[in-house]
Amino acid sequence: MANVLAFAETRGGELRKTGLEAVTVARKLADASGGGEVHAMLVGAPGVAKFAETLGAHGADVVLVVEGAGFAQYNPEATAATAAARIKEGGYRAAVFSASAQGSDLAPRVAAKLGVGLASDVTAVEVQGDAVVVRHPVNTGKVVATVKVTGTPAVISVRPGAIAPVQAAKAGRVESVAPAADPAASRVVVKEVRQGSTGKLDLAEAPVIVSGGRGLKAKENFKLVEDLADAFGNAAVGATRAVTDDGWRPHSDQIGQTGRVVSPNLYVAVGISGAIQHIAGMRTSKTIVAINKDKDAPIFKVADYGIVGDVFDVVPALTAAVREAKKAG
Amino acid sequence: MKIAVCIKRVPDMEARFRIAGDGASVDETGLKFTISDFDEWAVEYALQVKEKQGSGEVVVISLGPDTVQETIRKALAMGADRGVQLKADKIPFDGLAIARALAAELQGGGYDLILFGKVAVDSSNGVTGVMVAELLGLPVVTSVSKLEIANGRGTAERALEGAVEVVEFPLPAVLTVDQGLVAQARYPALKGIMAAKKKPLEVKPAQLGAVQVAVSKMELPAERAAGRIVGEGSAAVPELVRLLQNEAKVL
Ligand SMILES: Cc1cc2nc3c(=O)[nH]c(=O)nc-3n(C[C@H](O)[C@H](O)[C@H](O)COP(=O)(O)OP(=O)(O)OC[C@H]3O[C@@H](n4cnc5c(N)ncnc54)[C@H](O)[C@@H]3O)c2cc1C
Ligand SMILES: Nc1ncnc2c1ncn2[C@@H]1O[C@H](COP(=O)(O)O)[C@@H](O)[C@H]1O
Repeated sequence: MANVLAFAETRGGELRKTGLEAVTVARKLADASGGGEVHAMLVGAPGVAKFAETLGAHGADVVLVVEGAGFAQYNPEATAATAAARIKEGGYRAAVFSASAQGSDLAPRVAAKLGVGLASDVTAVEVQGDAVVVRHPVNTGKVVATVKVTGTPAVISVRPGAIAPVQAAKAGRVESVAPAADPAASRVVVKEVRQGSTGKLDLAEAPVIVSGGRGLKAKENFKLVEDLADAFGNAAVGATRAVTDDGWRPHSDQIGQTGRVVSPNLYVAVGISGAIQHIAGMRTSKTIVAINKDKDAPIFKVADYGIVGDVFDVVPALTAAVREAKKAG
Repeated sequence: MKIAVCIKRVPDMEARFRIAGDGASVDETGLKFTISDFDEWAVEYALQVKEKQGSGEVVVISLGPDTVQETIRKALAMGADRGVQLKADKIPFDGLAIARALAAELQGGGYDLILFGKVAVDSSNGVTGVMVAELLGLPVVTSVSKLEIANGRGTAERALEGAVEVVEFPLPAVLTVDQGLVAQARYPALKGIMAAKKKPLEVKPAQLGAVQVAVSKMELPAERAAGRIVGEGSAAVPELVRLLQNEAKVL
């Protein structure tokens, strides 16, 4: 019997899908190593315990709640200290984080405090004897490494979107955990979180991503991409570096080698050439659609479905058709 | 200010990679090597700070076999003052093992800022800088895309998914550098290249920690199943929607 801890990420008072993904991976590891328990750690402002039920429904036997006004924003130092202390005391076999912006900051802090290595940004996990074995894309996704984690606990972070949350009804029994460090004493303090223009869904969570490139010609024309995302209803908006460098979109929207790495169910590339640095950020998407007027654009090599055509002709038609399909279905 | 920048030697990512005979690494024959992108931006940022302040020192540190001396020389040619090679037969995959060696070198160095790349483009780990900070007990801010420093404190911006986080911290501190912090890295001028040959490059053995995370296999990713062009122009939209509904089942 070996228990596994999952960090159930929240932001702005909301439980994030990346948190459920971590719980799902933890469930898999616990089941594969003799049926241990999954303990989901939930950190936030008072009231955050309300998410325990959702975590239980996704396989958490226990929900470790760390509540406090000092945790309303992500508090890297106090959160890392608390997670590390709990992992040490609890004698966990493994600890699972998301490789989201927050998890990528938190997981290496915790691993270093525990004196163990970290397998980051993994796309698949399994247990092989004493080791946790994971898959991790390296060299901008052009090579895939199988990585063996022999430290105990095995600490991993999971690529957002790579492993879908799965329901698995467990008790989700709430246990309150005291912070191991005073959040007010943190040296690194989040002063402000400025929301981007993308509304509620963000790149780490959205099942669908509609991305635009220089083929859109001008900043205003990103409206086409936003409208298509809106038609899907569950889509976030991404961009290429050409576009973020020109200031059409914020850098936080950039997908690729130097931006975000995403794995949505559906990725729609609009007026994007498909440079390797862009493909590095989206090649593990489940389904890829490309719209480009150049039939030889490299994006068509990774796309499952392509339309050769002008974005100003194709995208409005696609937006209307998706709206229709959503209404009917 | 005294600034250290940890730089990693990595293959140029434009290459077509092949897997080496051991099945667990990339075949290096014919590959070109460079400074990892984010690390090069970190060097650029350090140089800009020094130039702006008109004083200070920029030290670059790279862990690896003797081939990393070339990487260090490039940073020296850009303008860094001196270099340190932490000599190891090969660069391990485990970020904590690397971090232990880098922390041992950085400890007591009196640095105001210690800069890392957000992620090394080959390992794609993104862990080493944070781990060094933890080992040294220093504050760390990750993925910094904008930075202001005044009176011993820093204010940094970091990109979250669809949002920007504004973070304050005291110096000395460790930062991991994201794109946006500098527009681009400078090319070494001929004068810089000549000067770099005379700058100090110290070689020390790396005190690597135990390796707990190791690559057991490398392979090229499965090619995505050949896609198809559904059609041309808006006339192809109905067929695309049908495929998304019935074949891909994503709509
Ligand atoms: C070190 C490094 C890191 C990088 N990191 C990233 C990264 O993280 N992410 C990233 O995206 N890029 C990155 N890049 C940049 C990358 O190399 C490309 O330059 C960039 O992705 C191109 O963006 P794009 O596809 O929008 O523009 P372009 O390459 O200019 O492509 C525009 C496309 O639009 C098509 N088009 C034009 N008009 C129309 C129309 N009316 N209708 C339909 N199609 C049209 C064209 O055929 C073309 O294919 C990086 C580069 C370097 C050197
Ligand atoms: N061998 C190395 N020598 C010097 N710095 C390194 C080395 N490996 C990693 N780093 C630093 O740590 C950062 C993150 O690396 P990684 O955790 O492997 O993604 C890099 O961008 C470098 O700044």
